[in-house]
Amino acid sequence: MFKIIHAEFLAPGIKRFVIDAPRIARKQQPGQFVILRIYEEGERIPVTIENSDPLRGTINIVVQSAGKTTNLLNTLQTGDSILDVVGPLGKPSEIAKYGTVVVVGGGVGTAMAYPTAAALKREGNRVISIVGARNKDLVILEKEMRAVSDALMITTDDGSYADKGFVTDKLRQLIENGTRIDLVVAVGPIVMMKAVSEMTRKEHIHTVVSLNPIMIDGTGMCGGCRVMIDGKSEFACVDGPEFDGHRVNFEVLVQRNTMYRDAEKLSMEAFQHKQAEQACVTDGAEG
Amino acid sequence: MTTKSLNPIPIKERMKVPRQLMPEQPAEQRAHNFEEVNLGFSEELAQQEARRCLECAKPTCTDNCPVGIDVKEFVQRIVIGDFLGAAAKIREANVLPAVTGRVCPQEDQCEGKCLLSKKVKPLGIGYLERFVADYEQRMGTHVVPKATPTGKKVAIVGSGPSGLTVAGDLIQKGHKVRVFEALHEIGGVLVYGIPEFRLPKQIVREQIDYMREMGVEFETDVVVGRTVTIDELMNEEGYDAVYIGTGAGLPQFMNIPGEHLNGVYSANEFLTRINLMKAYKFPVYDEPMLDLHGKHVAVIGGGNTALDAIRSALRLGAEKAYVIYRRSDAEMPARAEEVHHAKQEGIDFQMLTAPVEFLSDGRGWLTGVRCVRMELGEPDSSGRRRPVPIKGSEFELPLSVAIMAIGTTANPIVQTTTPGLDTNKRGYIVASEETQKTSRKGVFAGGDIVTGAATVILAMGAGRRAATSIHEYLTSGSR
Repeated sequence: MFKIIHAEFLAPGIKRFVIDAPRIARKQQPGQFVILRIYEEGERIPVTIENSDPLRGTINIVVQSAGKTTNLLNTLQTGDSILDVVGPLGKPSEIAKYGTVVVVGGGVGTAMAYPTAAALKREGNRVISIVGARNKDLVILEKEMRAVSDALMITTDDGSYADKGFVTDKLRQLIENGTRIDLVVAVGPIVMMKAVSEMTRKEHIHTVVSLNPIMIDGTGMCGGCRVMIDGKSEFACVDGPEFDGHRVNFEVLVQRNTMYRDAEKLSMEAFQHKQAEQACVTDGAEG
Repeated sequence: MTTKSLNPIPIKERMKVPRQLMPEQPAEQRAHNFEEVNLGFSEELAQQEARRCLECAKPTCTDNCPVGIDVKEFVQRIVIGDFLGAAAKIREANVLPAVTGRVCPQEDQCEGKCLLSKKVKPLGIGYLERFVADYEQRMGTHVVPKATPTGKKVAIVGSGPSGLTVAGDLIQKGHKVRVFEALHEIGGVLVYGIPEFRLPKQIVREQIDYMREMGVEFETDVVVGRTVTIDELMNEEGYDAVYIGTGAGLPQFMNIPGEHLNGVYSANEFLTRINLMKAYKFPVYDEPMLDLHGKHVAVIGGGNTALDAIRSALRLGAEKAYVIYRRSDAEMPARAEEVHHAKQEGIDFQMLTAPVEFLSDGRGWLTGVRCVRMELGEPDSSGRRRPVPIKGSEFELPLSVAIMAIGTTANPIVQTTTPGLDTNKRGYIVASEETQKTSRKGVFAGGDIVTGAATVILAMGAGRRAATSIHEYLTSGSR
């Protein structure tokens, strides 16, 4: 059992949990993730590590409600427990002095990009960060990203905060302004990572993306997280999750992530139904 | 000690007693459930079978057992009705008798060398082993051996058959033993790989509970190499020795067109979803899997894993279930009993056949496989005749799900995070065949992470040898 020391919403549907996990806290490096299982009948899902505190023995994870498991997770509060948390998994980000690095965080992907941006900054890179979200409410970790960036640009799809547009608009501006970019790190929705990779491919800018395929064990056993890299199967849990964005077949990733769409929908509906029932019971009791 | 036989049947008469048949769940019934296929011997059947033993002066069965079970002695105890004594005898060499009694390829091991088999069918040693292990469990009166503590600590990486064997042997020698498991359940391949109908998970849990009673500690959710390294275990957590038994690694694929389609699984993933995650109980359990009811499913490969996968698919409602294997029956690595059971259940074996392309509906989903028939040519490096495609023999099979069971590669996590640990060119850990010692002092390894994919009993054999040399290392301080 892994105890939740603190839980708070960063944005609607996006929650940060501080979890007591001393072994993981000691070892966590930027770019890595955990797999968790909430309860006995639960599925195993990969989740982003935003930060860790080795002295306190805690890790911070950030979760966006999408399907049943993430929605259920986001109902948990300070003092609750998670049955299994295993990690840190995946290869850490390659942190080195590259020169100027553009770190792109899309939506909840910003939480995964943050520790990498911080480490790149500590290593002496000039870090330009671009954070994108659908709207003002969904912009997360602005303060944290600003603290580790030489420059921070924010875009919202609807223009409700900062500049209207997409992260790629900002990246294009940087390229067009003649900014020398030695590395781009992009973490976020697949469409975003694909668009970034296509843009940088033409400019021959090395680009690292962090992939999020369906995963079960996360330890290099089941092979469920296979992704197509240069036409060959590689495994996100042991070979990744970070890959050269110019070698990734994003279409296959999108397609494979839809494999359980029907089951996921069913799970979600049953969960919502149960939540609604519980709400009725609670209302009744209070009334 | 065995001067006078306690067996009432004279030696000469024993060959006339037929090998007792294992009671089975009828094929047409079991093809639709996950309950065990073999039902086990009654006391009468067990004793009747045990009386067939010729009590050889130099038993070759024991020589051919990777963990060296004293077969003759335990069988004699069955003859006289001392079933708990028989179980205790097996436990001296084997901490998982209820498991090996079910999943060992006995025809290649003990029974393969049984003297009876020169004339008639060999002694049913596996059936007898299973019988006494189950009897002991039913009685609930197993003896928990206690040893004088040595003050030494051993970390075991991986809780599969190999690691459990090392743990069981070392705890009985008085060492403190802690087993680290990456998954949330203890048992490794016994819980994620081998299906319920061949090895009920309750049996595995009971064997593990027994090890807990003996004092073995378990810690789940620890991926050694990531959560903690071998060096940290030894230098910071005070372990005097480490055994690496991390098992089979990532699944191999053929790299043929269409392998990335939705509907193409690796056997490891397919079996993990079913066995570990209980996806077949969705939506009670959250982990999903594709619905197989009324679907056509094929497994590619001819090993035990392939058969476990396809027989599971059949039980989950598949209308057609194929085994596609590029060689012939004779070369199939699966256990004879499993092939026999699968055929009884109606699995369609497409022998001398290889897939060349998976076919798609154009929207990313599998619709079939294009195959080519093969013929056997000259022997290859494995000594088996090499399958060669027959020109113009291509054909298509409609499929909704295909399962790749063509082997695994080495999991790299421990090797890449342990400096000075030598690996071979395929990435497996190099360890002595006699002592399981690696290139690192105090670090031992065995099972699939050393040999590549093999059997439960071979992994256990490596575990026994490792336990012996770890004990020697801990007590003498020498390498």
